[in-house]
Amino acid sequence: MDLDFTADEEAFRKECRAWLEANVPTEALRSGDTREGFRQHIAWENVLFDAGWAAVSWPKRYGGREASLVEWLIFEEEYYRARAPSRVTQNGIFLLAPTLFEFGTDEQKERILRPMARGDVTWAQAWSEPNAGSDLAALTSTARRVEGGWRLTGQKTWSTRATFCDMAYGLFRTDPAQTRHRGLSYFMFPLRTEGVTVRGVDRLDGDEGFAEIFLEDVFVPAADIIGEVDQGWKVAMATTSSERGLTLRSPGRFMATASRLVDLYHRHRDRSDPVLRDQVIQAWMDAQAYRWFTFQTVTRMMQGESIGADSSMNKVFWSEMDVRTHETALALIGELLELDEGAESAVDQGQWMKGFQFALAGPIYAGTNEIQRNIIAERVLGLPRK
Amino acid sequence: MRFAFTDDQKMLRDTVRDVLQRECGPEVVRSVWEGRPEAAAAVWATLAETGVIGMTASKDAGGLAMSELDSILPFEEIGYAALPGPLVDTIAVGIPLLDAAGTNSQKDQWLESVATGNGKIIVAFEDQAVVPYADSADVLIAERGGAPHCVPMSEVSVVPEPSVDRARQLARIDFEESKAHRMRDDVDGHALLSLAKERATLATAAQLVGLSRRMLDMAVQYAKDREQFGKPIGAQQAVKHRLANALIQQEFARPMVYRAGWSMATSQTTNEIDVSLAKIYAGEAATFVAKQALQVHGAIGYTIECDLHMWMKRAWALAATRGDAAFHRERVGRQVL
Repeated sequence: MDLDFTADEEAFRKECRAWLEANVPTEALRSGDTREGFRQHIAWENVLFDAGWAAVSWPKRYGGREASLVEWLIFEEEYYRARAPSRVTQNGIFLLAPTLFEFGTDEQKERILRPMARGDVTWAQAWSEPNAGSDLAALTSTARRVEGGWRLTGQKTWSTRATFCDMAYGLFRTDPAQTRHRGLSYFMFPLRTEGVTVRGVDRLDGDEGFAEIFLEDVFVPAADIIGEVDQGWKVAMATTSSERGLTLRSPGRFMATASRLVDLYHRHRDRSDPVLRDQVIQAWMDAQAYRWFTFQTVTRMMQGESIGADSSMNKVFWSEMDVRTHETALALIGELLELDEGAESAVDQGQWMKGFQFALAGPIYAGTNEIQRNIIAERVLGLPRK
Repeated sequence: MRFAFTDDQKMLRDTVRDVLQRECGPEVVRSVWEGRPEAAAAVWATLAETGVIGMTASKDAGGLAMSELDSILPFEEIGYAALPGPLVDTIAVGIPLLDAAGTNSQKDQWLESVATGNGKIIVAFEDQAVVPYADSADVLIAERGGAPHCVPMSEVSVVPEPSVDRARQLARIDFEESKAHRMRDDVDGHALLSLAKERATLATAAQLVGLSRRMLDMAVQYAKDREQFGKPIGAQQAVKHRLANALIQQEFARPMVYRAGWSMATSQTTNEIDVSLAKIYAGEAATFVAKQALQVHGAIGYTIECDLHMWMKRAWALAATRGDAAFHRERVGRQVL
């Protein structure tokens, strides 16, 4: 065990910090879940990519730095410490790309990865359907084989930023004779093409971050299936642990939030009482706990272990911690918590209420925490399914 | 950054685990509980043979000179087995303190015999109203006036106080201070005592992790075996989620404890706060898991016929000793805020 960073890791941190300090926009961007804000965020993604920071752990040929997992965590710590913009390319870089690295053809990787990481082609996930949320295998969208490819029909929903994105990915039934998780295939499909209608849905916080996608006989070339036909479930599930686990929400994000909370506490301590003070301490400690848990996980991964169902523990922990941390912040702010972004009297530009509303989504997305707890009980503890 | 134990450390854990599995089943803990502390004598002897009792002693004293990090996993296993006895006091605190601050005659009298399993140390810091295992110990190391004292138990008055965890044999103790009890005055006794307190806390936290693991194992097994409504109760989502929550708390406590072990072994400046985090998380996890395990067991868990209660009561005791949550949260709070 050596919990010090190596000289190389320290040098990497220094390099990250110096670049971020020099380049992070001083003026906060608008929310990346609004049309105008999305454009601003993409411009930032271009800058990140051109300097080689968009996907540090990727191979160099796709624009990465071949950073180790520990270095990636260091990058994330520095990124959030510098208060750099949220990553609107996230659902491509952290959710689709791991699947492409594992199952994609060389042609797909060459074609897709660099534009994805630069933000030139933006990606939305299209997992849920109106009647297939937690029970994803209940999906009914279909793909019909035609000359040179497939035609997709159906409806997807809760697709983050699909109103602004160029492409999406999701599961479609390619074998109508099969049911549930058999006979599905993993497709990448265009959002700005004939037969596709995207309707934005305003989220809890008022931003148009969600969308419904309606597909009517949308042509997709055969080259845009990932993995084998009818094997989509396996392909999708193989990388769900990256979504639930650390690549979706690395500790740096929560450490930064915790340290902003401590700062808020100092500014509002006249409003505080021993209970609130203790909650601030708890928030700080929990961010530490998540950090060390993650370094332990990453060490296992670097030793070649696969994490699998353990990632469900990450997801429950960070999502519930994030809600608690924001609740504590709002309690410190008091009645001014009601002020929205842009209100002149708002504390910290109303970011805590905004963050709180976003945090409330955490226990729901990427598999609800009820589903995660089932997974933990059945696959980690070995309790019977029925 | 490499957050994993070495093969040697894991091998030592496995050795301790095997010994305890063979020689310290619940019936041994139960015997001690029922007033027969000699039932655990054989385990102590075997642990001494494998070098575990003397592992923190210096090489000069015939030990293995093992660090706080090396002893974390053995203490976790000791917690898992709920092995009663002053193991933390003897291994993690007493031997290193005797080694560093004992006079030649104190060392001659106690160090080798303790390290080889022929004596037990208990440690009493000034803020302790009662100490466990006084009636089975041979020598007391006590903080008095901020300085360490080494007192043969034959010179200590022991007034037993009944404890909820009956295997812990609590007592009030007192002794007439004499010159012979004073430990070396050419070392910084105060600093050594501070270090000793951190070590005691850390090893206690490691035991709490082990206790937690055992209670969760019991509860999971019970949830698989016990059938109601024609199926195992563990197939019910309410039971699953309870046990999933228990696992999450436990698994997030573990790295905090391991990290504190590393911090102590490498003398990090964050030592104290890291040990506090370890104790807070391990204590809360163990008491939380205890509650979940009891609920999953239902009425049988609420009896002393079921083994669970011995682990539960140990968890309550250890979570509150060597600094309870309030003490350690305050220590963290002073650093953070």
